Amino acid sequence: MPERTILICRGTGCVSSKSPEIMEELENLLEVHGLAEKVEVKQTGCHGFCQRGPILIIEPDDIFYCEVKVEDVQEIIETHLEKGEVIDRLLYTDPQTGQHVPNYKDIMFYKNQQRVILQNCGHIDPEKIDDYISAGGYVALEKTLAMTPEEVIDVVSKSGLRGRGGAGFPTGKKWQFCRNAEGEPKYVICNADEGDPGAFMDRSILEADPHAVLEGLVIAGYAIGASHGYIYVRAEYPLAIERFAYALETARERGYLGRDIMGQDFSFDIEIKKGAGAFVCGEETALMASIMGKRGMPTPRPPYPAMSGVWGKPTNINNVKTLASIPVILSKGADWFASIGLEGCSGTAVFALTGKVANSGLVEVPMGTPLNKIIFDIGGGVPDGKTFKAAQTGGPSGGCIPAKDGEINVDFESLAAAGSIMGSGGLIVLDEDTCMVDLSHYFLSFTMEESCGKCPPCRIGTKRMHEILGKIKAGRGEPSDLQKLEELAYTIKNGSLCALGGTAPNPVLTTLRYFREEYEEHINNKRCPALVCKDLIWYTINPEKCIGCGICARKCPVGAISGEKKEVHVIDHEKCIKCGICFQSCPPKVKAVEKKTN
Amino acid sequence: MSSNIEDIINIHGRGPGNLIQILQDIQAEDSYLSVDSIASVSEAMAIPESRIYGVATFYKQFKFIEPGEHMIKICQGTACHVKGSTPLLDVLESYLAIKPEETTEDGKFSLERVACLGCCALAPVMVVDNEVYGKMTQEKIGELLDTLRNGGDE
Repeated sequence: MPERTILICRGTGCVSSKSPEIMEELENLLEVHGLAEKVEVKQTGCHGFCQRGPILIIEPDDIFYCEVKVEDVQEIIETHLEKGEVIDRLLYTDPQTGQHVPNYKDIMFYKNQQRVILQNCGHIDPEKIDDYISAGGYVALEKTLAMTPEEVIDVVSKSGLRGRGGAGFPTGKKWQFCRNAEGEPKYVICNADEGDPGAFMDRSILEADPHAVLEGLVIAGYAIGASHGYIYVRAEYPLAIERFAYALETARERGYLGRDIMGQDFSFDIEIKKGAGAFVCGEETALMASIMGKRGMPTPRPPYPAMSGVWGKPTNINNVKTLASIPVILSKGADWFASIGLEGCSGTAVFALTGKVANSGLVEVPMGTPLNKIIFDIGGGVPDGKTFKAAQTGGPSGGCIPAKDGEINVDFESLAAAGSIMGSGGLIVLDEDTCMVDLSHYFLSFTMEESCGKCPPCRIGTKRMHEILGKIKAGRGEPSDLQKLEELAYTIKNGSLCALGGTAPNPVLTTLRYFREEYEEHINNKRCPALVCKDLIWYTINPEKCIGCGICARKCPVGAISGEKKEVHVIDHEKCIKCGICFQSCPPKVKAVEKKTN
Repeated sequence: MSSNIEDIINIHGRGPGNLIQILQDIQAEDSYLSVDSIASVSEAMAIPESRIYGVATFYKQFKFIEPGEHMIKICQGTACHVKGSTPLLDVLESYLAIKPEETTEDGKFSLERVACLGCCALAPVMVVDNEVYGKMTQEKIGELLDTLRNGGDE
């Protein structure tokens, strides 16, 4: 038995900051130091704290090292493993107290979370089925197979689980519809087409705990009476696809998938379908069209997928997080799950907390947790002394909640009442440097490009809204534009075929509701208060501060800055493309480059 | 080339549901979908070319022009946007003298905007030849392009 285990994160985030090289170096040096027998190195999936990656945890000491570099490995071995001393400089620093926090469980980011769906993430090796099994995996499946499908659906219904893809439809009811539907064969689909830009919960779960999703899908298949499952994953997530494919292989070998699962009279298999880059394919009917090899365009409902889905057969579609909740519900019981969160909205919510926040990453909290608690107690607030302005939930289909409403509970109903949506779990924190007009324009450019073009309100409407927002951003807005935006928004909302169009105006409507004065500043005074909209800002060099070091002139990609050495430099506004490289490269002590607006 | 296409089609099967996977595999080998390869797929699967184009052009992933030696993808997801990916794109455009979805004249670089790479905690992010570069700045871009131009792998 090894005395210690080193867990090293190999999620996409940590891999990009070189965790595979660190793992290799660790294994090599442990060998050199004769510790290979005593210390086990284990790869895990995402810990959720990608921003501080690469992350390395030493157990049983429970020490959490972050932003580890290959060069640090030697010291970790010599100082920590051999001398038993903790290396202070690699510990997490609390942004509020400035103190080093050695213990994993004491870090605010983790301490204030309640991990149910993410319980295994970062603790097991996603490529080892035995790791999943020793963490209680496949117990739920065994239990399931000893129950009748109706009993399984009953447990799911009683747990109060609602779809985590965004709509919040009761999962048990959805399963029942499909079970009752006539037609054979039936299909179950895991929707892992996580298209919301700014969200990565589903990717992380698939990378860190693929068997949980797999087990959930098999249970769904049993409950509904399906023999075939699909998982539809974005092609942009190669690691998630690789890990899931490997999980399928090992599950088949162990008899958790395939013919006569666990020796029972139930056969079920899963096929991976890769998305090809279309946001609208997150919509159920579009997703099914794509699975059938067609253009991913939505079709009117009814018929609902439960009646006529893939290949015209009854089909049930659930999000990754919904399915990952299923094994826990069956093993710990419906009452246990229902006791978490709110009545009518039980369980936990998983968010990808990103943007202008000190600790960004994956966060899981009980439904109904106040927004401020997520942003401040887990996220550590807004960094660099800036002020919290708003939080954006639900991606391009959602809206912005202003800082003044930060006490709002995060659950399906409360967010909808504030004009936003829960969505699949993107939570982007905005500070004073975020321009709400620019953000709305950004979201509309996204939905406009992703509109499949089938129905005119969405196809033409989003384009018109985008044009008006572009005009306002460029300083050519007129007072009547705001009313036009609102009229268009309601037409698109009411007239669109699917949820993409139906929710596309939300970012504009919520920012108009809470930040109207910012639009008016752009229109009436041609000002961008957040200093973002390019046509309304300019860069200048303060002659009293410039020391003539010439760094900005050398970095400028268009040669717009001139000046002799040790003399004040000047920006040629005709040439300047306002990329901000001068602003960024001016030495912090000098800060001579300034951003201005009217 | 067409024998490869034959192999790919045989692996997936000729059912209409496999068209997207087949096109994905062809693109993985050739880096884009050429006129010839689409014609071969059409013949082998007995699907009209017009329908294959209909499907392929719907999805962002598919390319119809051969991309450059290095593929630069700049993430335009929300987290990246609020953390300043637009100015990064401006710098890339002016350094490379191309617009997104274009390739430099010397065939060295292609530039692409992508919606979200799922590395939001490292925003702003760009990906060069499948390697993720997180917490990017305008300054770092110049250095990175120089390394790539000089043929270095860093």
